[in-house]
Amino acid sequence: MAATILSGPTSRPVLRRLVRFAVSLVVLVLASFAMIHLIPGDPVRASLGPAAPIELVEARTAALGLDQPILTQLTTYVSGLLSGDMGTSFLTGEPVSEVIAARLPNTLALALLATVIALLAAIPLGMWAAVRTENGRHRGTEAAFGTATGTVVAVPEFLYAIALVTVFAITLRAFPPAGKDGLESYVLPVLALAIGPIGMIARIARVETLRVLGTDYVRLARAKRLPAGRLYLRHVLPNTLTATLTLGGLLLSSLIAGSVLVEYVFAWPGLGLKIVEAITQKDYPVAQGVILVYGAIVLLVNLLVDVVLSLSDPTSAIKES
Amino acid sequence: MLRTPSAIAGTVLVGLMVVLAVIGPPIWGDQADLIDAGAILQGSSAAHPLGTDNLGRDLLARVLVAGRFSLLLALAAALIGAVAGVVLGALPSVLPTRLARLVTGAVNALVAFPGLLLAMFTAVVAGLGARGAVLGIGVAIAPGFARLTQTLAASVAGADYVSAARMLGVPRRRILVRHVLPNIAEPLILNLTQALGGALLGLAGMSFLGLGVQPPSYDWGRLLFDGFGRIYVTPVVAIGPAVAVALAGIGFNLLGDTLARRAARTTVPGKKATTSVAADTDKPDEGAVLEVKDLTVTFPGGVTPVRQLSLSVRPGEIVGVVGESGSGKSLTAAAIGGLVPYPGTVGYGRLRLCGKDVTELSRKELGTSLAMVFQDPMASLNPALKVGGQLAEVAVVHQGATRAEARGRAVDRLGHVHLPEPDKQAKKHPHELSGGMRQRAVIAMGLMGTPRLIIADEPTTALDVTVQRQILRLLREVTEETGSAALFISHDIAVVGELCDRVVVMYAGRVVEELPVDRLATGAAHPYTRALITSLPDMDTDRTLPLASIPGRQPGPAEVGDGCAFAPRCALATDRCSTERPLLSVYGDAHQVACWEAK
Amino acid sequence: MKIKDLTVRFGAFTAVDSVTLEVPPGRIVGLVGESGSGKSSLAKAVSGLVPYSGSITGASRVQMVFQDPYASLDPRMKIGESVAEGLLRLPGQARVAEVARLLDLVSLPAEVAGRYPRELSGGQRQRVAIARALGAEPDLLVADEITSALDVSVQGSVLNLVRSLRDRLGLPILFISHNLAVVRYVCDEVAVMHGGRIVEHGPTLEVVSEPADPYTRMLLESVPRLRR
Repeated sequence: MAATILSGPTSRPVLRRLVRFAVSLVVLVLASFAMIHLIPGDPVRASLGPAAPIELVEARTAALGLDQPILTQLTTYVSGLLSGDMGTSFLTGEPVSEVIAARLPNTLALALLATVIALLAAIPLGMWAAVRTENGRHRGTEAAFGTATGTVVAVPEFLYAIALVTVFAITLRAFPPAGKDGLESYVLPVLALAIGPIGMIARIARVETLRVLGTDYVRLARAKRLPAGRLYLRHVLPNTLTATLTLGGLLLSSLIAGSVLVEYVFAWPGLGLKIVEAITQKDYPVAQGVILVYGAIVLLVNLLVDVVLSLSDPTSAIKES
Repeated sequence: MLRTPSAIAGTVLVGLMVVLAVIGPPIWGDQADLIDAGAILQGSSAAHPLGTDNLGRDLLARVLVAGRFSLLLALAAALIGAVAGVVLGALPSVLPTRLARLVTGAVNALVAFPGLLLAMFTAVVAGLGARGAVLGIGVAIAPGFARLTQTLAASVAGADYVSAARMLGVPRRRILVRHVLPNIAEPLILNLTQALGGALLGLAGMSFLGLGVQPPSYDWGRLLFDGFGRIYVTPVVAIGPAVAVALAGIGFNLLGDTLARRAARTTVPGKKATTSVAADTDKPDEGAVLEVKDLTVTFPGGVTPVRQLSLSVRPGEIVGVVGESGSGKSLTAAAIGGLVPYPGTVGYGRLRLCGKDVTELSRKELGTSLAMVFQDPMASLNPALKVGGQLAEVAVVHQGATRAEARGRAVDRLGHVHLPEPDKQAKKHPHELSGGMRQRAVIAMGLMGTPRLIIADEPTTALDVTVQRQILRLLREVTEETGSAALFISHDIAVVGELCDRVVVMYAGRVVEELPVDRLATGAAHPYTRALITSLPDMDTDRTLPLASIPGRQPGPAEVGDGCAFAPRCALATDRCSTERPLLSVYGDAHQVACWEAK
Repeated sequence: MKIKDLTVRFGAFTAVDSVTLEVPPGRIVGLVGESGSGKSSLAKAVSGLVPYSGSITGASRVQMVFQDPYASLDPRMKIGESVAEGLLRLPGQARVAEVARLLDLVSLPAEVAGRYPRELSGGQRQRVAIARALGAEPDLLVADEITSALDVSVQGSVLNLVRSLRDRLGLPILFISHNLAVVRYVCDEVAVMHGGRIVEHGPTLEVVSEPADPYTRMLLESVPRLRR
């Protein structure tokens, strides 16, 4: 697979993206390393509190290697990362890598489900709105669509989460209010994550569809008097997919980190809940590790989207150069 | 601007937020801080509609008071983000190339990062509390601003007027101040409205996670944090801050949308178009492939680009419609093809295709007997589909052919338009073909059916002259071979003169002259036609004389008056010309002209 | 102005391939070619808008007029301000007078200075662009497809203006166009470009009546003519 990617006519852009990914990854690692050092004052003291005995602070500092020269610390950090060692939690003493390994799948499951549901619901909705409001027809629909999506987009996911918990879990007792326990526990968190993106993607799908509807090839297809189904599915939809794919990728990467608040509301055992705990309790190694993993996943998803796009649409590779 | 419900809602909500920020603390401040040990952790009651907190303070009052702090924090974060972003975005245009690319790359990488992640990172470094959260959200907002600034600045910097200023030796700083900034300020300010909403929600989120505002200060997010802990027992305590955050978010977003739309929209739709048309009285011409009588295309607001236009095309004939931009020639073609965009309305006394009224024609008949070719061959083929598949479609949909038959026919037709190796071309995507080849493929698409009429709207305007010549030859060949007629629309009277049998000259939505092509060069009777011909330089123009040109300009489709539309620019015009419109009348053999002075 | 061995590259693509060309004083040299022939890249190189290798001598103050009259004037600046941008060396009062003189030179009334570009027709905007260029007292004017976005009925007046500027000011002009008939009418000499190279160069009437290069011949045969 890798060989075919690198040998085709698209190899140059793909290669360039790989390089960009590698550079970003290095920057990310450096940033996560720098995080502890950027904290003003002594992070260990800050973490343990002013009342902690000086011996404990010194012992903890030594254990973390914070008394070493900065370059030694960096090499230790990077070589640790390469062997899967991300340090240990200040609070529990657990290895950070284990904490992340246990929680990452839960976060990914939420984000993926929400992305799929949002795309499936939003694209037909946006296309329908575009066809109905093409060339300024049905101004009522256009206004309603604009207001509805504008409103839906503007409410943050944690408010949806709180509202869903209040109505469906506390009042109606239809779904569990918190925790991860069986399929029904996914329903509310996934919904809370998906509602906003549905509004956003439906908007973009409408604009994209309108753009395609205005092209000469659609005029020509109409002049050929093709049936509506064929016109929209064969001539319009594929040409909106580039934008949709890009969006789906961006959405996925934003939901992976955006799920923090929703995980918090539903006490969902994912990375988000962990990072909030870690930050409030000043458990820096955990915060550092989780941010690094979040960032790496975002970079990876963006890389995948880019590569898939440049492979599926050869014209995009040409535009790039 | 207050036309749509979202505009009204947005303006009202943001207005309310501002009012609340001003009057909230002075009015409810004392009540919000009043500790009542007898009313701790209460639910909804008459005295405390939204309940009380753990010190017995009234939650409604606290929500109303917290508005100012929430908005101020959001404003600070949005400003930090905007300033940092604009600086980052503008830097590449003043830095040396390598550094500029570095900054651009960094911004591009940061834009892809979820804002909350950046905010949390910053908050960890800057410390928990309002200051860290504001900084964090500002950092999260900055990359978006930087990207927008870059994109806008790049588009302005690439504009011809900036190139012109650079060539004039205008200093860089002056170009930035006089050209770039004024042209990018509006979208940036617009973006600030939306960023303000985003900052408000982001800060609420941070405080809700306990990472933002810390007691004894409180914003809406902090109130929500406190209320959320009690939600299983007394859900009402979460309502106040939740609703406040939601309304503020909605308000800023809707207002931002409205402003963006207002900036983008230049024309306002006017009153509905009305079209009145004279009844069809005389007998239709059964022999014509296309017969148009009194065709009118109207848009709302009295805009009438095509006015009572009549023309007919006989089998095998190529009729050229020539006119300058704004003469209505392309809309005439669109109206005949049934492709006038909404809200345009088409009216006619008669519109017959292949001996039938267009309304009596089935989709199949229209789809196979009418072929269309547009100006831009790059845009006329669907980029997502292979060329062969697009051609085959007509045969599959309208002629009941199997896929294999349709494909075979598509390859055959591609060969017919002299595409080399048609079976190979059929398997390609449009972008792999040159402009001339694509235009051939579009013509081949029209030949999939049994075309009786080909409508070609400026089919060679986007092509080079040598390719234009080939396409013109192909059109001639195709009509001779299939017996199809053609309506050829062009702004170029020389091209029309070369290809067509008969020429229809349009001006301001009307036909001013119709004549056989061999009379065009020397026998034209309308002053406009004659002026068009003399103002066109060709390979025989006398180089010692100044080139003719027509003073003034063509009236717009809403400005056409009662008299002859050309009268204000016409050297022969009399008083009668400006008050009474000359009708198209017989001037000679197959020659009609609409002019009082053509005798 | 003399161009010697001028080459313009965009990455691996060579747009202009070691071109040598001279624009003598008081002459209009036409550059014709089809899309992708390199004529616009050559114009940009001469105007200093793209990097090149080779030498350009005798043209220290080059001004260029662009194809699209709707994009070449800042929509937020009055016509007078746009024209005055090339006159920053003059004090305020003299600048106003000079703007009026330049507008008069391109046959526009002085009150046009107070208007915005959107209030002007395409032909008028093209005149403004020419006036703005003249303000910098150029020793070469590059006209890149300046009439191809205009309607035929106003094209003539802009072409006449170009010829009269040569006659009145002795201004050398590099006139780029895809339209052979326009080039034939306006230019004293023609250079035909194809694939980044100049395939033929000579006095206009000679090139048009006795083309030596097969590509020039094909171009000439392709020019649409009214049947006479």
